[in-house]
Amino acid sequence: MEPLSTVSQTDVLVLSCDLITDVALHEVVDLFRAHDATVSMLMKKAHEPTEMIPGQKGKKKPVEQRDFIGVDDTGKRLLFMANEADLDEELVIKRSLLQKHPRVHLRTGLVDAHLYCLKKYVVDFLAENRSLTSLRSELIPYLVRKQFSSAACVRQGRDSKEQDQKKDEKSLDIYSFVKGDSLLELAPDKSCWNNLRGDMSEAFHGGRVRCYVHIMTEGLCYRVNTLGLYIEANRQVPKLLPALLCPEEPLVHASAQVADRTLVGSDSIIGPSTQVGEKTSIKHSVIGTTCTIKDRVKITNCIIMNSVTIEDGCSLQNCLICHNAVIEKGADLRDCLIGSGQRLEPKAKHLNEVIVGSEQLMEI
Amino acid sequence: MAARDGLSGVGPPLAGGQPAAPQGLSKEEKLQLRKEKKQQKKKRRDEMGQPADSPILGQPHTQLPVVKRVPEHVQVDDPAAQKRLAKKLERQQVPLRPDYGAKVNLFSHLHQYSRKVPLTQQMSIPAIAIHPAVVRLGLQYSQGLLNGSNARCLALLQVFRQVIRDYSTPPSEELSRDLVAKLKPYISFLNQCRPLSASMGNAIKYLKKEISGLSSTLREEEAKGKLQESIDKYVREKIQLAAEAISKYAFEKISDGDVILVYGCSSLVNRTLCDAHTKRAFRVIVVDSRPRLEGRDTLRRLVREGIRCTYVMITAISYVLPEVSKVLLGAHALLANGSVMSRVGTSQIALVSKAYNVPVLVCCETYKFCERVQTDSFVSNELDDPDDLILPRKGAQLGGWKENTSLRLLNLVYDVTPPELVDLVITDLGMIPCTSVPVVLRVKNVEQ
Repeated sequence: MEPLSTVSQTDVLVLSCDLITDVALHEVVDLFRAHDATVSMLMKKAHEPTEMIPGQKGKKKPVEQRDFIGVDDTGKRLLFMANEADLDEELVIKRSLLQKHPRVHLRTGLVDAHLYCLKKYVVDFLAENRSLTSLRSELIPYLVRKQFSSAACVRQGRDSKEQDQKKDEKSLDIYSFVKGDSLLELAPDKSCWNNLRGDMSEAFHGGRVRCYVHIMTEGLCYRVNTLGLYIEANRQVPKLLPALLCPEEPLVHASAQVADRTLVGSDSIIGPSTQVGEKTSIKHSVIGTTCTIKDRVKITNCIIMNSVTIEDGCSLQNCLICHNAVIEKGADLRDCLIGSGQRLEPKAKHLNEVIVGSEQLMEI
Repeated sequence: MAARDGLSGVGPPLAGGQPAAPQGLSKEEKLQLRKEKKQQKKKRRDEMGQPADSPILGQPHTQLPVVKRVPEHVQVDDPAAQKRLAKKLERQQVPLRPDYGAKVNLFSHLHQYSRKVPLTQQMSIPAIAIHPAVVRLGLQYSQGLLNGSNARCLALLQVFRQVIRDYSTPPSEELSRDLVAKLKPYISFLNQCRPLSASMGNAIKYLKKEISGLSSTLREEEAKGKLQESIDKYVREKIQLAAEAISKYAFEKISDGDVILVYGCSSLVNRTLCDAHTKRAFRVIVVDSRPRLEGRDTLRRLVREGIRCTYVMITAISYVLPEVSKVLLGAHALLANGSVMSRVGTSQIALVSKAYNVPVLVCCETYKFCERVQTDSFVSNELDDPDDLILPRKGAQLGGWKENTSLRLLNLVYDVTPPELVDLVITDLGMIPCTSVPVVLRVKNVEQ
């Protein structure tokens, strides 16, 4: 985090590299710009994965550790954020929050896309403050909390001056970093816009830290950091690839040699230099590059990575096969996960198993 | 013109001149020919005795009549004008904002935009062609977060101050010319987000004059510092000190026991009332209108100061006017024929007040005085998002207005009050009648 503050001179947009989304980015950034927000983020309503994830025993909840997200009436301002893991039994909501925003909509089941717009002074604050290690689990909840609490130095009062000096390194407050522009604050003072009605205070109650969230209702937004989401994203790709990315490229690559085109489903993707034998049916699958698939193979709902060899007469359903694996003749696999470089014996029958080498560690 | 004369040979015969020569003349010969023609023309004019520049006697020689073109933002139903605008915006790399919804026929020459389709949708992130502070300002204008003539102008000047701070002259250019060229796309962008107000237009004119008037001997840092100082001076003198002066003048007109009627939210009127409250006892009636409901903010500010307020909708003004002693209004701009351009509804208040013989006072700083002349509210106005008229609750009747082809929604922003309905205009130069506005404009022009 330290080198970032020296590099960046302006506000930053932070993205997680496992994010796949087609959100209109200007929605998130416009919230950040228009309201002069401290942080603005993206979230999406999580949905249940419909199919079984290979190698997984039993069903799992879509959002594992629930986040409680509180938004205001407009659905844009982020008022409250807490993770189930941090709470014991009760959800604590501060009175100052309820005094300023009497109506709070609490939502669970939202997935954080880990896309944040941060102001420059937040980056400076991070550089100075070593105690915050994680952006998502520490900094963002801290900023959300700080919206409704005043700066620490104001509350401490003037009699504890010596204690102040000792505590200075520890009690670094975001308010000491917030930079205000005096002329820029004249204009909203003369403007008649207010985000709240019914009380006597000005817009935002004069609060300088403001957090906003854009909740996507439709569209695609996946963070492929778990196996289930990875498979789900892969399954969505054939439907979205023509519309989104490359409308001219066919789903079946030109250099792929497919014996029977008719047996390949219309929503399957076959990568370049792949050979597919006769009487092989491929439905709803994604097949990588330089694969060799022999005759009379039935592939349904699978994800096959690059350079995999599948011999005659196999039947694969709902599997994930990693690079360089070899599946011998007559194998029957269902809901399996085959690690890379594995070699299965002929006529192997596996149901809902994970086959990996001992040197590979895979988290599910 | 001289070149054409030289090549076609039209005109009186030249004394010793050459006949119409074909295109085979060399450059130097053409230049020589042009020079000779010019000298002969000058000689002929001197012989006639009078310069033909100012045909009207008594008009000062320095002022030539300026041809004013109809601006493009009131020519939306003219396809040629819109094509020109689109070409200009493309050249400046500013996206064109599409119009939204069916417009009422009388106002089909104005733009009507939707708030839900911001201009930033068509721009890259981060914005490269337009300075990010300008993008943010445009977004705040189009979302309605910055309202009011003074607020918009202040924010604009602050953003331009930042633009000047971040600006660096390219190596082969001059600051005075390049900076003006740099500001043009920003102004087009802000215009696309929301049509510029008269106060903003005057501020931009002042800034452009200051930039062009910079001497080329100054270094870049000095020039930038000078510009920032002149912006600060403008803000201090024309906006802040003017507001103080107007507040003092208006205070003389407020007496104990007054009942003052105000409309909407005007930063100047609010300041006047808050300043006068400490020394005089009066009460205020705040009149409000849909869909903006700006009176709520006036109410909040006045009640916070402790002023006794009554809040009514504009439909109730004939009920409250019998008890009102004077009406205090703000203005968006004062036009050259003395008309007042202000929030829609102001002309109604002035009309009904006149019927009840209640004096109408308008507070307006001189920097909002505009050289335009308008006798009605149709020719130049602003159309706001028509969806604002739909009440946000279930079963709203106007919700499906787009499907109904014979229904059009109109959300006007400004209207024009004729000078006969206004009794006094309080400006920072003093208290003047409406008909003296052209005099002030003329004095301002001569000063500049």
